[in-house]
Amino acid sequence: MAFISSGYNPDKPMENRITDIGPRKYDEFYPPFIAKNKGKWLYHEYLKPGVLVHVAESGDEVYTVRCGGARLMSVTLIREICEIADKHCGGYLRFTTRNNIEFMVDSKDKVQPLIDDLESRKFDAGSFKFPVGGTGAGISNPVHTQGWLHCHTPATDASGPVKAVMDVLFDEFKNHRMPAHLRVSLACCLNMCGAVHCSDIAILGYHRKPPIIDHEYLDKMCEIPLAIASCPTAAIKPSKVELPDGKKVNSVAIKNERCMFCGNCYTMCPSLPLVDKEGDGIVLMAGGKVSNRISAPKFSKVVVAFIPNEEPRWPTTCDVIKKMVDVYAANARKYERLGEWAERIGWERFFEKCELEFTHHLIDDFRDPAYFTWRQTTQFKF
Amino acid sequence: MKHETPLLDQLESGPWPSFVSDMKQEAERRAKNPDNIEYQIPVDVVEDIMGLLELSYVHGRTHWKHGGIVGVFGYGGGVIGRYCDQPEMFPGVAHFHTMRIAQPGAKFYTTEHLRNLCDLWDRRGSGLTNMHGSTGDIIFLGTTTKQIEEIFFELTHNIGQDLGGSGSNLRTPADCIGQARCEYACYDTQDLCYDLTMEYQDELHRPAFPYKFKFKMDGCPNGCVASIARSDMAFIGTWRDDIKIDQEAVQAYIGGEFVPNAGAHSGRDWGAFDIQKEVIGLCPTECMWMDGKELKIDNKECNRCMHCINVMPRALRIGDDRGLSVLVGGKAPILDGAQLCTLIVPFVKAESPYTEIKENIIEPIWDWWMEEGKNRERLGELMKRQGMQKLLEVTGLEPDVRMVQEPRTNPYIFWKEEEVEGGWDRDINEFRKYHQR
Repeated sequence: MAFISSGYNPDKPMENRITDIGPRKYDEFYPPFIAKNKGKWLYHEYLKPGVLVHVAESGDEVYTVRCGGARLMSVTLIREICEIADKHCGGYLRFTTRNNIEFMVDSKDKVQPLIDDLESRKFDAGSFKFPVGGTGAGISNPVHTQGWLHCHTPATDASGPVKAVMDVLFDEFKNHRMPAHLRVSLACCLNMCGAVHCSDIAILGYHRKPPIIDHEYLDKMCEIPLAIASCPTAAIKPSKVELPDGKKVNSVAIKNERCMFCGNCYTMCPSLPLVDKEGDGIVLMAGGKVSNRISAPKFSKVVVAFIPNEEPRWPTTCDVIKKMVDVYAANARKYERLGEWAERIGWERFFEKCELEFTHHLIDDFRDPAYFTWRQTTQFKF
Repeated sequence: MKHETPLLDQLESGPWPSFVSDMKQEAERRAKNPDNIEYQIPVDVVEDIMGLLELSYVHGRTHWKHGGIVGVFGYGGGVIGRYCDQPEMFPGVAHFHTMRIAQPGAKFYTTEHLRNLCDLWDRRGSGLTNMHGSTGDIIFLGTTTKQIEEIFFELTHNIGQDLGGSGSNLRTPADCIGQARCEYACYDTQDLCYDLTMEYQDELHRPAFPYKFKFKMDGCPNGCVASIARSDMAFIGTWRDDIKIDQEAVQAYIGGEFVPNAGAHSGRDWGAFDIQKEVIGLCPTECMWMDGKELKIDNKECNRCMHCINVMPRALRIGDDRGLSVLVGGKAPILDGAQLCTLIVPFVKAESPYTEIKENIIEPIWDWWMEEGKNRERLGELMKRQGMQKLLEVTGLEPDVRMVQEPRTNPYIFWKEEEVEGGWDRDINEFRKYHQR
């Protein structure tokens, strides 16, 4: 493994340096039929799950085949995607916001060979590499975060639970039989680098134990005032601690009953880890949306306060989600999003139908917004 | 394989694409190295990260240390330091830094560009990526400190491509597919996204903000990139004239010649299309009706929710007087609870070079936030702390009833002295002439 220089000279970092050039410009990568018809599209239609046609004023038609993918991708897999795009699509492709891959062709006769090719490709252990679907009134690819694979603050894994849940929901990825589209998202801690707080179903990793204090190192690794200021509930205060060897050090004390387990202190101070096998797990939220269609965008609500991490396949999480999806599909009206359905029937009925237990954890007690979620009416259902 | 991974192996079954299978094929290819690549970081990195992930599956805890400061010279973002906490067991991933690569608009690619990125990352990194990260960047997962400048050099010199944002700076802006392939797009999302990305390269690479700041561009109120929830400043396309109606096409939907909702409900028998029930009856403003065989819309009362257009895309089209709405302050729960973006500009034209958007909206808001924002305080939290009035004050935006869901329900108005006749300085002796102690 001999070192190969790129041309960069560490002694003269500014020599020949290129900076601030941004991404490549979007129109360099448009397929010709996209460049030609941009801004002049007439209408679109889903020909079947995973297959769209867009018709332009010019009469041109573009057919898109959408397929799911794990957002964790090797260069081997990306090269395979390139090979498919070269073979069928003139060397162009795109990804969607929800980690789907879209292959576009300019005539209908090219669609089926493309689908056949995509569906024929499987990993050695049997899973599809490029399942076609993820459109319309179905369940698209979940957006998710990094999890145990590459993050320092997660309370659950990301790729694992997503794989487990999507195996369970796979038929809905391949179908158009939901009342409306249903978005599942996962964030492995409440930093939510993939904001999931407005998803039909959100899987959220959460801690439940206050930080462990690494007194011996805290003052060396952290700015104590920053750690104190980071706490939204003022649970952290400065303290002096005597170590077992008699040495006195500056550290912090934590009022555990004030901790809401957000982990913001750990972000500011590595000597305050929260992770714990029993403490960490999953919060399930439901009923959010970002679209302005019919009703305004809304937040997801916590419907299950805690499910333990059951790696490798998170069976309880999968079961609860499957139940919610099935009950929603069987009961909601056409076009009704999960949250719109829950609001129409009432959350008391939602919990009953989904066979979810309502516990005190689900009543908001965090600052002013809490009041607006309590019920100030006699209109309720038995 | 270097490490046994019995727990991860259980994620290879089932139909959904298995990231474990993909990692295994990558590990095997690296070990065999059929293309004789001169790997610049350990050949067995993928095996080591699988071993480390397996250990997390055993322990139920992450094995990545807290952060770490690495980067390229002159930038304060784009590289996230990552060190594993079991370097003796997994030396290949002892240093395993993330690089964020700015994605092209709407994530269109040529295979040539993707292959160039793959070749670079194969040689100098782990060969593992995210396509794409949550904010929109291409994520290169895992390389050593020494390779970072080398990768940046090749990226900029050979691929004409820059890093994205991380830390307390402008994060890489992201857009929907927009006019490139969607008839609903009310402005050119890719162009605004690219323009702002280039205009604010300095803010993107050199952290000078209290915390992260995200722009997202949605071409219409359907919100496919979730800008209203996932950005600090959302640009959402809209129009202010009339929805265009093709009455013949309306009849084609009613007659069953055209499939409603663009075929999105094709997997279940929902019965014959009923325009009264499915379109007119679901209109949130009740501004539609049938006048004989004609569909009528009272456009002044329409709030442009997109439902009717989504259901009958061949009959109804967005208006021609197009622009965008600006909404600000969206964020995830950390710290003070989740927020959706709040409307501050109901309508602005979105035409290059977007001077009004930059000079009247973005820059005054940044100036305020950089001056007043506390460490790790998002714009939405500053808005809650100092009030919407303050935001109007710093931007000079006129108050508009469209900015609120309803007027306030308390009378605790912070009147300013200049708003009250005679000011606040009064003479107590003059007062006492008429009011005894």
